[in-house]
Amino acid sequence: MIEIKNLHKSYKMGKNSLHVLKGINFSVEEGELVAIMGSSGSGKSTLLNILGMLDELDEGTYTLDGVPIKNLNETKAAQYRNKFLGFIFQSFNLINYKSAAENVALPLYYQRVGRKERQEKALKYLEQVGLKQWATHLPSELSGGQKQRVAIARAMAAEPKVLLADEPTGALDSKTSYEVMDLIQKINDQGNTILVVTHEEDIAHMCKRIVHLKDGVIVEDKKVEQVRAEQYV
Amino acid sequence: MFNKDRWNEILEVMSSNVVRTIATAFGVGWGIFILIILLAAGKGLENGIRQDFNGVATNTMFMWTETTSMAYAGLPEGRTFNFKLSDVELLRQNIPELRIISPRNSIRLEEGDNVVRGTETGRYRVFGDYPEIIEQNPMYVAHGRFFNHNDIKEKRKVVVIGNRIRDELYEEDEEVLGTYLKISGINFMVVGTYKEKTSNGGGENSERQIFMPFTTFSQAFNRADNVGWMAITAKDGSSISNLTEKIVNTVKQSRKVHPKDERAIGFFDLYEQFNRVQSLFGALRFVAYFVGILVLISGIIGVSNIMLIVIKERTKEIGIRRALGENPWSIRLQILMESVFLTIMSGMIGIIFGALSIYGINILLDSVGPVDMFLNPSVSLGVVVSALLILVVSGLLAGFLPANSAIKVRPIEALRTE
Repeated sequence: MIEIKNLHKSYKMGKNSLHVLKGINFSVEEGELVAIMGSSGSGKSTLLNILGMLDELDEGTYTLDGVPIKNLNETKAAQYRNKFLGFIFQSFNLINYKSAAENVALPLYYQRVGRKERQEKALKYLEQVGLKQWATHLPSELSGGQKQRVAIARAMAAEPKVLLADEPTGALDSKTSYEVMDLIQKINDQGNTILVVTHEEDIAHMCKRIVHLKDGVIVEDKKVEQVRAEQYV
Repeated sequence: MFNKDRWNEILEVMSSNVVRTIATAFGVGWGIFILIILLAAGKGLENGIRQDFNGVATNTMFMWTETTSMAYAGLPEGRTFNFKLSDVELLRQNIPELRIISPRNSIRLEEGDNVVRGTETGRYRVFGDYPEIIEQNPMYVAHGRFFNHNDIKEKRKVVVIGNRIRDELYEEDEEVLGTYLKISGINFMVVGTYKEKTSNGGGENSERQIFMPFTTFSQAFNRADNVGWMAITAKDGSSISNLTEKIVNTVKQSRKVHPKDERAIGFFDLYEQFNRVQSLFGALRFVAYFVGILVLISGIIGVSNIMLIVIKERTKEIGIRRALGENPWSIRLQILMESVFLTIMSGMIGIIFGALSIYGINILLDSVGPVDMFLNPSVSLGVVVSALLILVVSGLLAGFLPANSAIKVRPIEALRTE
């Protein structure tokens, strides 16, 4: 599903150049649930941004579902993001003047899905995350865990190939964290490919594979026995 | 563009900060309001002045004799003279571009009343004219008829009197037609009354005149074939201003006036005057647009400014949208539409308030009666349409910078702002 070869990325900070990713080789199969771990500054967010086509790579190749991701203009990148990827952010990033259902329907709107179908789908996904009765509420009326569940529903609404979660539990207490991870595991059980960036060991162990990043290189890549989040909920 | 969701979005954004939206809108609304009011005021002035020319053939000059200032052909300087009827004929033959030549004689007003009706008397100007004069004078027959060529031919002793004379010499409900007036000792029958067409105060004295057939006048007051004054109108398509010199030279020659004598013949070129006024209207309109658009520009800058701030505030939202796969063009379009919508809405409010003010001014004008040189201020549909056009263009201009800055922000940077 994801194929990365010899990926380099550096940022210019004034005169100095900061080499963040130093040759990453990495691939993800369909249906995997991968945790990307590392301390801050290890380059994990940069990797996720490149995977999410929010940032460009300097060197190397990136293939997503057989499509080479290279030299995209913004219009094309937007189109690919919409078609291939679903984002889950640490700070939820819901649009605060839109109701939960409208937020979920947003990616469908960019796919030019009709109004009625959009609403139906949005409700369907909200139901999946257990928030159907909150559909008309604004994000400000929801708790942190609920917001993240809306964000997950939104990420799934476009039926993307890959879900990218950047510290999805970073802003949540541990109980809600486990609820969210439980949801992510269930989505993965349905066969969706998910990448989770985290620095929390317990969250990482709820995935099926852990990739350790340190100073811009992968130091460890192992399959793990998945800890089900259900038992903590 | 006619997408319900997009409009919902625009309304949501506008209503999310009502005070700011209204404050921004005020700038543009005010600009359009000023533009409309200025144009309407200009139009009011134009209407008022045009009224004075209303129904007058403006392609007209008036010509009269004065005293010569140069000796010529054995005749001394300081000589008084008159045009002759033959001059009228001469002009008709020599200058085919002329449409109407109306010769006129009048009684010089002296001390004391010259018109008597029973016990009422008055002092009025009396003219001997041809029927065509009604085309060259801003008047219309209010009652009865004007004299015609039969009256001219048969030298009938009929007169048409101004409405003020009727007020002064007659009872209010008295029938005027068929009554007799004694003018300088001679009886004339009144066949009509006339009214002034202009709105301004000039009506006072111009409705205190008496018109009678030229031939009647000449016979009654012993003018032989003399002519004191002429109103000359050129045909449509040729300008009287260009013919003035030719006309004056022709009569100078026939009246044996020195060709270089500038004082012997006086004239007034109405057309030139009219054109001068016309170009004044043009200048007024230009000033109105100029000032209005300048005020509008400051409003537009306000909109542009606010849109930039809105973009800054919505940077993160725009980042989210783009992460979710919104096309940058769609974002640009959204910003442009917001800006155009805001300017048009506020412009409409400006237009509405402008129209209401004009309506109010008109009601006020109606209630206080006619005002000198100001009549029915209004703006035409064309002005409103062009104002709307200006608004659309200015909305686009106002949105252009913010829209560009909106899509320049890369989604990753936008998402980073907390």
